[in-house]
Amino acid sequence: MKELSLNVLDVAKNSVKAGAKNVGIKITETEETLTLSISDDGCGMTPEFLKNVTDPFCTTRTTRAVGLGIPLLKLQAEQTGGSLSIESRHESLFPEDHGTTTTAVFYKNHIDMTPLGDICGSVVTLIQGSPDIDFLFIHRSPDFDVKLDTKELREVLGEDVPLDNAEVLMWITENLKEQYNQSL
Amino acid sequence: MKSLAELAAIREKMKNRVVLREGQGDIRVVVGMATCGIAAGARPVLSAFVEGVANEGLSDKVTVTQTGCIGICQYEPVVEVFESGKEKVTYVKMTADKAKEVIEKHLKGGSPVVEYTIGNNQ
Repeated sequence: MKELSLNVLDVAKNSVKAGAKNVGIKITETEETLTLSISDDGCGMTPEFLKNVTDPFCTTRTTRAVGLGIPLLKLQAEQTGGSLSIESRHESLFPEDHGTTTTAVFYKNHIDMTPLGDICGSVVTLIQGSPDIDFLFIHRSPDFDVKLDTKELREVLGEDVPLDNAEVLMWITENLKEQYNQSL
Repeated sequence: MKSLAELAAIREKMKNRVVLREGQGDIRVVVGMATCGIAAGARPVLSAFVEGVANEGLSDKVTVTQTGCIGICQYEPVVEVFESGKEKVTYVKMTADKAKEVIEKHLKGGSPVVEYTIGNNQ
């Protein structure tokens, strides 16, 4: 992947596939690190599946038996000296409180750091693809604090207008870009 | 700053149009957005379709959706166009610029851009 934001798009789609109603995407930066955390309230993974989930030959997809989403993210984190960890509670064991949190830590000054890229594009693409899921996007760094909560947008839009309406998507794009620009 | 008030204005504007749109949308544009598609550059292709369809006023006729892996990863980004009563058209190795051409010639003009279809790229 050329941009970390593409990994975000890819891995967050696992949450969508797990039937999540809420997906949180949190990026926290310090001077040295970037921590990406994607959490959901989807069905979760069984302990056996979780054990193998960083294996490229472990996948839920049916077109072929290779899944590279998590292995790629792990590789990209580790090549900066960072790490990837996944916590998951499967619905069969935790009927009330299931879901998955994937956390990747990057040392962003490392020469092999993948640039974050167009994160606004990824957030908007996720909303466009799953307008009925609530996304909470938070990006914090020493210089800025960006937040988008689709629950708040839904309150304003009511039931008449879906989040994948083109004008709403453009509003979200502009809103995110302005939040980033304001802090520059 | 893009305020919530502007979002409320979008809601007001859309109120009357929502009813009109029901049951139309007879063209479906489907963009492959699994790991393979994303890594090959599907995100800007999808954005180009979403923006292009809105800007060209095609929203009543065309819906843009995402799907998983279609199974031909080496041809990603792959875009399929479904139109009722017509054969499916599969575009391969797409870019945002090619997407704009497809919007203009195929979605608006009605004739597929044969040059970018899978039949022409094997």
